Amino acid sequence: MSSKIKSLNYNGKWDFSSSIESIENLSILKEYQLFINGKFQKPVDKKYFPSINPTNEQQLTRIAKAESKDVDLAVNSARAAFNGQWGKISGKERAKYIYRIARIIQEKSKELAIVETLDGGKPIRESRDIDIPLAAAHFFYYAGWSDKLKYAFPNKTPKPLGVVGQIIPWNFPLMMAAWKIAPALATGNTVVLKPAESTSVTALLLAEIIKEAELPPGVVNIITGDGSTGNLLVNHSDVNKIAFTGSTEVGKSIMESISGTNKRSTMELGGKAANIIFEDAPLDQAVEGVINGIFFNQGHVCCAGSRLFIQESVYDVVLRKLKDRMQSLLVGNPLDKNTDIGAVNSKQQLSTIHKYIDIGVKEGADIFQLNCELPKSGYWCPPTLFTNVSQSHRIAKEEIFGPVLAVQTFRTTQEVINKANNTPYGLSAGVWTDKGSKAFNLAAKLKAGVIWANTYNKFDPTSPFGGYKESGHGREGGLHGLSPYLNLE
Amino acid sequence: MNITLNYESLSLGRKILMILDLKTKVDKLGIEDRVSRITKRSLKSEAKLQGLKMILSMIDLTTLEGMDTDKRVEQLCYKATHLHQEFPDLPNVAAVCVYPNMVKTASNFLKDSEVKVASVATAFPSGNSSLEVKIQETKEAVFNGAEEIDMVISRGKFHSGEYNYVFDEIAIIKENCGDKARLKVILETGELGDYDHIRLASEIAIKAGADFIKTSTGKIKPAATLPITLVMLEAIKDHYYNTGKMVGMKPAGGISNSKLALQYLIMVKETLGNLWLDKHWFRFGASSLANDVLMQLLKQKTGFYQSNNYFSKD
Repeated sequence: MSSKIKSLNYNGKWDFSSSIESIENLSILKEYQLFINGKFQKPVDKKYFPSINPTNEQQLTRIAKAESKDVDLAVNSARAAFNGQWGKISGKERAKYIYRIARIIQEKSKELAIVETLDGGKPIRESRDIDIPLAAAHFFYYAGWSDKLKYAFPNKTPKPLGVVGQIIPWNFPLMMAAWKIAPALATGNTVVLKPAESTSVTALLLAEIIKEAELPPGVVNIITGDGSTGNLLVNHSDVNKIAFTGSTEVGKSIMESISGTNKRSTMELGGKAANIIFEDAPLDQAVEGVINGIFFNQGHVCCAGSRLFIQESVYDVVLRKLKDRMQSLLVGNPLDKNTDIGAVNSKQQLSTIHKYIDIGVKEGADIFQLNCELPKSGYWCPPTLFTNVSQSHRIAKEEIFGPVLAVQTFRTTQEVINKANNTPYGLSAGVWTDKGSKAFNLAAKLKAGVIWANTYNKFDPTSPFGGYKESGHGREGGLHGLSPYLNLE
Repeated sequence: MNITLNYESLSLGRKILMILDLKTKVDKLGIEDRVSRITKRSLKSEAKLQGLKMILSMIDLTTLEGMDTDKRVEQLCYKATHLHQEFPDLPNVAAVCVYPNMVKTASNFLKDSEVKVASVATAFPSGNSSLEVKIQETKEAVFNGAEEIDMVISRGKFHSGEYNYVFDEIAIIKENCGDKARLKVILETGELGDYDHIRLASEIAIKAGADFIKTSTGKIKPAATLPITLVMLEAIKDHYYNTGKMVGMKPAGGISNSKLALQYLIMVKETLGNLWLDKHWFRFGASSLANDVLMQLLKQKTGFYQSNNYFSKD
C-alpha cells in the first residue's frame, strides 16, 4: 500500500439534508415527581434539580430530589408490597404484569426514543433501533422466566431476596432500568430504583407505564436524585440487595458501605476492552466493528472497545480504512436521523474526555480527529484516535468513557493475549479473525466477561453480561441473570 | 476482420498466484449489518432531488431480449435523449445497452448525443462459447461503434478453479476493446455462491484490466443486491488503496425503484466517497428505473404523484 495515494473524500459533493425527528406532539412535563407506592409524589423537602439537554445546555425539565425521608418511604412501600400481594401471587401472574410493561414500551417506543435522545444526547438512530427495542425485549424475555424458576434451578427452591435497591447509569437510561427491573420482578422481588441524575426522564416515563400496567403499588418505586440519594439507598437497613451499574470508583465505595451487612450485590462497572484485529480478519468488517465498538453512543459504553490491537502486517491498511471510515461519520444534532455521533452527556463528562485527550497528546501519542464542524452550544467531542500508543500510556490504561480510541500493534497471538489481559478491567473484548479455532482459543484465554467474535457491541436479553476483576461481579441477562435475585436453597 | 489469438504472448496468468495470496476475507453478517445501517439513512428535500438526478445520469437504459428489433432499439434511444418534456434541465441517461447486432442501429441514432452505446458481448448471458467467438463478437461490436463492452466471465471455469483462464479471457477482451471502448466485466454474482467467491471474482476482473465490474446479466436471480454490491465496492476500494487506480461499479438487474437506487448511491458515497459519485465510475443497469425516478422528480416539483400513464414506456 502506498502512502502517496490520496485519502477518500466523503463530504461536500452530495451531503444529506437535515432530517429531524419531529418533537411537536411530545409532552414533557415541567416537573417530575418521585414514584412511590404507585403514585407520583412530591419530595418531602420539596427540592428539585434541573435536567439539561446536552445539545443546547437548556433545562429540559426539573426533577424531584429524594432525601432521607423519601428513601424511607420508597423502601417501606417496597417492603410492604413484598410482604403483601406481590409476595403471594404466582409466577404466572407476575409474568402477566411484566408482559404488559413490555407491550406498552413497544407501543410508546417512538416517544421514549425521542425523550431518550433529548435528555441524554444519543443519536435517535440508536435510541430508536437499539435502546428502546432492547428495553422491551428484556421485559419480554424475563416475563417468560417468571413461572419457570424451578426449571431454571433444578432441585432447588428459588426464593426472592426481598427489597432490592438498584442504581443505574446515564449512558443507556431506559435500557439499564429494564435490565435491572425485569429480572427482579420475574424472580418476585420488589424494587427501589434510582436513575442517574442527568438522565431521569425516561425512567419516570417507565413509572407511568408501570402505573398503566397496574402493577400493584410499591412493587416498583423510582426515586430520583444525585449520588447522595444513591448513598441513602445503599445504606438503608431494610434493603436486601444492591444492584449497581456505573463507575468502578463508585462501585468500590458501595462495596465498602455494604461490607459487614448481609446485603447481596451485583456490580457492573468500568472497562477498557481490547478489540483485536488479526491479519486474516475480514478487514472492512473489522473496521466497521471498531467504529461500532468505540463510537457507539459517543463512547459512553462500559464495554466500549477502547483499546484497538492490530497485527503489524495489516496495521497500515487497517489504519487507512479506519481513518477514511471516520471521515464519513456525521456528528451533530442527535434528533437528526442521519446523525452517527450525538452530544456528550454532560459538561462534566466532556471535561473528563478533554482531560484524557490532553494527556494523550502530552504523553506523545499521535492524535487523529474527524475534521468536522461542531455545533456552537452543547457538549461535543469529535471521534478521536491515538496511534503510537503503548501499554504504559494512561490513555491505554484508564477508562475515558468517550469517543477516544487508543491503537496499538502486536506480532503474535500470545503477545496480544498478554497485552489484552494486562488491565485491572475485564468486561469485554473483541476478536476479528476468519479462523474459528483462533477465535475460540482467544475466547478461552481473554479474561473478560463478554467476548465478541467478528462483531462488537451486540446485545441480547438471552445472553449474560458482566465482568471479571474490577469490572464487577454477577451477571445480568440470560439464565445467569436470575440467580443474583434469588436465594437458592 | 481477423481473429488473432494473442493471449499466449501475454503471460498474464502468473499474476493470478499473487491474487490468491492476497485473497481477502469477507464476513457475511458484517456485510449485511453495514447494509442495514446504510438503508436507514434518511434522504430529504435537496439531497433527495440531487440524488434522483444523479441516478438518472447513471442509468444504462437496457434492452436485452430475444425479440429486440431495430425499431425497439430506436424507440429506446429516443427515450434516452428525451427523458421528459417538462424537465428540460434533466440529465440524459449514461448509455443505451443492447445486443451486438443492434449496436449499429443505436450508434447511428445516438451519434450526435452524449449518450454512450454499450453492447453486451462474449456470448452473453452464459458466456459458454469459445474464446475465438468471444473475441470476434467483441471486435465486431467495437467496430460497429460500441463505446462500452459488457462482457461476462466464464463461471464454469471459475467454479472449477481455473482462475488463470478467467483472468486471461478478461485480459484478452480488454485488449480487443483497445482505447475505443471501456470494458465492464459481469461476474454474474447469482451464479457465484458466497461473498468470498464474489470478492475473488472481483479481484480477478479488476487485476485483469476491467474498467467496471458489474454484478449481473439480469437473466439470473438473484441479480444485484446491496450486500453483493458492497462486497464489490470494497474490492474496488482496496485496489484504489493499493494502486491509486479507480475502477467503476455497475449493479444491474432488480433495481426498479428510486428508493432502492438511492440506497445504492448512499452506499457508494459512504464506501468510496465523492470521486465515484459520477457516471464515469458508477452505473445502474436497469430498464424500468428511469420512469420511477422521473415520477419521483415530478413529485418533488409539483407535490403530487402522477399516474404512470404520464410516463412513456419504451
